[in-house]
Amino acid sequence: MKDKATFKRILEYLKPYRSLIAASMLCAVISVAMSLYVPILIGEAIDHIVYGGVDLKAVRAVLLKTLFAALLVGVSQWCMNLLNNRVAYFTVQDIRNDMFHKLLRLPFRFLDSHAHGVLVSQMIADVDQFSDGLIMGFTQLFTGLLTILGTLVFMFRMNARITFIVLLVTPLSLFVARFVSKRTFSMFTRQSEIRGDQTAVIHEMLQNIKVVKAFGYEERAKARFDGINEELREASLKAIFYSSLTNPATRFVNAVMYALVALFGALTVLNGSMTVGVLTCFLSYANQYTKPFNEITGVITEFQNALACAARVFALIDEETEVPDDDLPALSEVQGHVALSNVSFSYTPARKLIEHLNIRVEPGQRVAIVGPTGSGKTTIINLLMRFYDVDAGQITVDARDIREVTRQSLRSAYGMVLQETWLRSGTVADNIRLGKPSASREEIIAAAKETHAHSFIRRMEKGYDTEISEDGGELSQGQKQLLCITRIMLSLPPMLILDEATSSIDTRTELRIQNAFQKLMQGRTSFIVAHRLSTIRNADTILVMRDGSVVEQGSHEELLRKAGFYAELYRSQYEQDAGSS
Amino acid sequence: MRSLLKYLGAYKKECVLAPLFKMLEAIFELFVPFVVADIIDRGIGGRDSGAVISGAVLMIVLGIVGLLSAVTAQYFAAKAATGFSTALRHDLFAHIMSLSHKEIDGLSSSTMITRMTSDVNQAQTGVNMFLRLFLRSPFIVFGAMIMAFTIDVPSAMLFVLLIAVLFAVVAFIMRLNIPMLKAVQQKLDRLTLLTRENLTGSRVIRAFCLEGSEEKGFREDNQAYIGAQLRSGRISALLNPLTYVIVNLAIIILIDTGAVRVQAGALTPGKVVALYNYMSQILVELVKFANLILTINKALASGNRIADVFKVQSSLTDQGTDLSLTTCREDALDKKESPAVSFEGVSFRYHENGDYALSDLSFSAAPGETVGIIGGTGSGKSTIVNLIPRFYDASEGTVRVFGQDVKDISLSSLRGEIGLVPQKAVLFQGTIADNLRWGNENAGDAELMEAVRLAAAEEVVEQKGGLTGPVSQGGTNFSGGQKQRLTIARALVRKPRILIFDDSSSALDYLTDLKLRQNLRKLDYAPTVFMISQRTATIKNADQILVMDDGELAGAGTHEELMRTCPVYREIHESQGEHEG
Repeated sequence: MKDKATFKRILEYLKPYRSLIAASMLCAVISVAMSLYVPILIGEAIDHIVYGGVDLKAVRAVLLKTLFAALLVGVSQWCMNLLNNRVAYFTVQDIRNDMFHKLLRLPFRFLDSHAHGVLVSQMIADVDQFSDGLIMGFTQLFTGLLTILGTLVFMFRMNARITFIVLLVTPLSLFVARFVSKRTFSMFTRQSEIRGDQTAVIHEMLQNIKVVKAFGYEERAKARFDGINEELREASLKAIFYSSLTNPATRFVNAVMYALVALFGALTVLNGSMTVGVLTCFLSYANQYTKPFNEITGVITEFQNALACAARVFALIDEETEVPDDDLPALSEVQGHVALSNVSFSYTPARKLIEHLNIRVEPGQRVAIVGPTGSGKTTIINLLMRFYDVDAGQITVDARDIREVTRQSLRSAYGMVLQETWLRSGTVADNIRLGKPSASREEIIAAAKETHAHSFIRRMEKGYDTEISEDGGELSQGQKQLLCITRIMLSLPPMLILDEATSSIDTRTELRIQNAFQKLMQGRTSFIVAHRLSTIRNADTILVMRDGSVVEQGSHEELLRKAGFYAELYRSQYEQDAGSS
Repeated sequence: MRSLLKYLGAYKKECVLAPLFKMLEAIFELFVPFVVADIIDRGIGGRDSGAVISGAVLMIVLGIVGLLSAVTAQYFAAKAATGFSTALRHDLFAHIMSLSHKEIDGLSSSTMITRMTSDVNQAQTGVNMFLRLFLRSPFIVFGAMIMAFTIDVPSAMLFVLLIAVLFAVVAFIMRLNIPMLKAVQQKLDRLTLLTRENLTGSRVIRAFCLEGSEEKGFREDNQAYIGAQLRSGRISALLNPLTYVIVNLAIIILIDTGAVRVQAGALTPGKVVALYNYMSQILVELVKFANLILTINKALASGNRIADVFKVQSSLTDQGTDLSLTTCREDALDKKESPAVSFEGVSFRYHENGDYALSDLSFSAAPGETVGIIGGTGSGKSTIVNLIPRFYDASEGTVRVFGQDVKDISLSSLRGEIGLVPQKAVLFQGTIADNLRWGNENAGDAELMEAVRLAAAEEVVEQKGGLTGPVSQGGTNFSGGQKQRLTIARALVRKPRILIFDDSSSALDYLTDLKLRQNLRKLDYAPTVFMISQRTATIKNADQILVMDDGELAGAGTHEELMRTCPVYREIHESQGEHEG
């Protein structure tokens, strides 16, 4: 049932190319018919040689026809190949575009709970598998079936009795091929499972090879690896050996059929009811007859695999997106009133995280969020940016529920710097320009100067035009953070979210960019998550979080006077100060 | 690639037998047209139905023998190929594990993973196909030619010409296509990169509302990819139709000249049919042969990439040093004067000709001392601790552990007594206990729990289902702080004599951090602790603090001494807003 639905979807994707497909099918028909006609012509030519002395003129006339037929086969086959390529590649292009479109709109609930490697492999490997197995497979299936049917029809017209013998052997060929593919399917599954396990070990050990070496885990890693390696050897041997039996087995069936055709054919010729030419034609057919069977069985195995890939691909495309917001008004001229009223939220219903949270922030206020790991600080940011929607209650910006404005306008009202920096492959300037694509070089440099990123950028190989690789490989964590801050410095949005934005920048540099930060935060509602209490002390309001709720709220002094959780946190940092002075 | 052939060494027998049996199969196949010619000439021509029947029986016998040889050949080929890849993978894994940090820095882990997985698989397929087909296909092609010579020399010349032309055509098409395929692969890699980037950067992309431009970029690259595929497809689509036309052209010529020669009485009609059959066989085999060349080409490329990895040799030698660290330590304890760790004029650079990451550093740490290391990003803090377990060799100067040059101590015993908590907390798939036992394979549950308690990780273990609680790949089911605590416990399980924290407490909140430091002070085996930190609060109580600035020691001493004498330290301290008092 599921396969049927998948198949329907595939047809939908093929729909725009139906004229190409029709043309390709036409080419297939011509090519198959002509390639079946060629042996008949050659048989005729041979008859002109065998019977009643050689009739050169007749032979040449037939051969001329053969030449045209062969050329027609060549041309139509080539056209068919080109058309099939187009259909396959264009469909793949459409599917990948749709997938990418979807990726950009998937809710974070989905993205955060799915391994990125798996999504990438769906996008790349699964789609390729799909196109190889289904589209290419389909054309092979079509020409294969056509060849089989055509051969039978041609044979019937020449000699029904011998054709009957061929038909008797046919199921044997099908049976052998099916038997092998059925038996090997489970072996291949087993092989790919073990391979997956092995790849997982390789991934872990190689990606963290420095940890492996630090703990002298090499030998244990090798032992683990070798265990799986041995298993893989056994599974692979079985899968490869049994699957490689298909060809010899079908070749054998073919040989039997060939012998039978030769036997009965020759006897029929002896009877005088058939010519030698027809016999050679029959033999030539018998030679090619099982080839499409071979291909078709191959295709069917691929088909199952490809169908599974397609199902995964479509499942992703059908994944629910963030609730569409096209007809909602945009949030404009943001003042910076932010309020969370009675907000409840959890990632999984089983584990409650935030319950009945209330926060009110006035324009221009600086809000620091502190608390131990896992207390829900980052979750608040997820909610403010509407990466996740609240389960209950509401969040408003300038008294408008953020679910009633477009996400785009909401998100562009915030400038966000996260602890986990993200840079893309491209130049340094491209990366800084991310938030303001129209920025000029002068603006970029001015922003970089303010965040003190300019000096290290200048020292890079090509300055602002230096290409950085995926996720900024060669830059230090601190430099990456500086670049991310520079982005915000350039785009200057009305509100700020800084999640441990300076955690990897050494404190001296941080001190130097403090001025820039102060300027940046001036008049902007800012949310700051930080460990460093020095950063927090200057905030207007401090939200102290613990286990998903705000346990304390107030200014630094107020909270210290309160002698609660915040005071304890604060003292833990300064306890030694007190001891040493 | 040649260097990899030694992995077939254990399978010499299989490597000879597989092609041999394959050749046998081919020989039996080549006899078939001969038998057919006999049936036509002797059976039909001589009106001898007995000859027809015996011919047909002979054909079936040939088929059976062929089948048996093929099955034998496939088995030997599969055995040799899987044995080859298993041995290769084993060595490759062991080799990568043997590399030192210096070489690892130069290799990307994703490349290594590709080498170990898809490249080895590709090489395995290459070996398998090579053993199976490298004798068969050429044998059939040339065998058909030789058979033709035995039938009729002038006609056989046509075979020679045909084979030459076909080879030229196949070679030409492949030559044209291989660079195109490379371009296709590159463009596909680009799509992979974009997909991965958009997944890791999804928050930033949506925060900056870049969905539109991202999608546009992807569509452009997707278009370019499809364009490259179509270009390459146009060439490869030529292969089959072209060879088909050429072979049929040859058949036409063959029959035409055959007719003339039959007329002249130089050839029998049956022999013309036999020649025609041989030519058809060439067509079928040639397509397989072309695919074989493609597969082998790919396998060779993979093989060369793998061989390149083997060429990288570890720059650290551990030969002839079976001196164990325990001996050194006992010696040192006897003398009561050796420091646990000492650096004597140590300089280090990561690359020759590169800048010095450390220059002329000297210090010593007594057993049981805590050494704090502080400094800005890129000041050389991590480099110091990388030299103690001899991840790298010092470029100049000597690193001593318990009085002994680290180069003279066996690596496994040196690293066996060092506990390292890396900057990036990594856990491995398995259980919590599995992970903790990285520190000490033989540790009992009580010892594990003791380390967990010391690392303030009890609640983490409790929450996640105790010591047998599962850890998913990369430890994704743990938060950053939780992982950090477990990696600390992992290092403590070993009861190390030297304990290194490479800025590893940054993900811990202050309370946990403090508790950890208090616990460390109480350890009965009194390890020498190296603690890298960005925060002066963390290292303030250290017996000795090294202040690093741009690879040089800017100051060393206790917190109080440094506050008085070291301006860099004072600046760092004050930048964290911690004034004395």
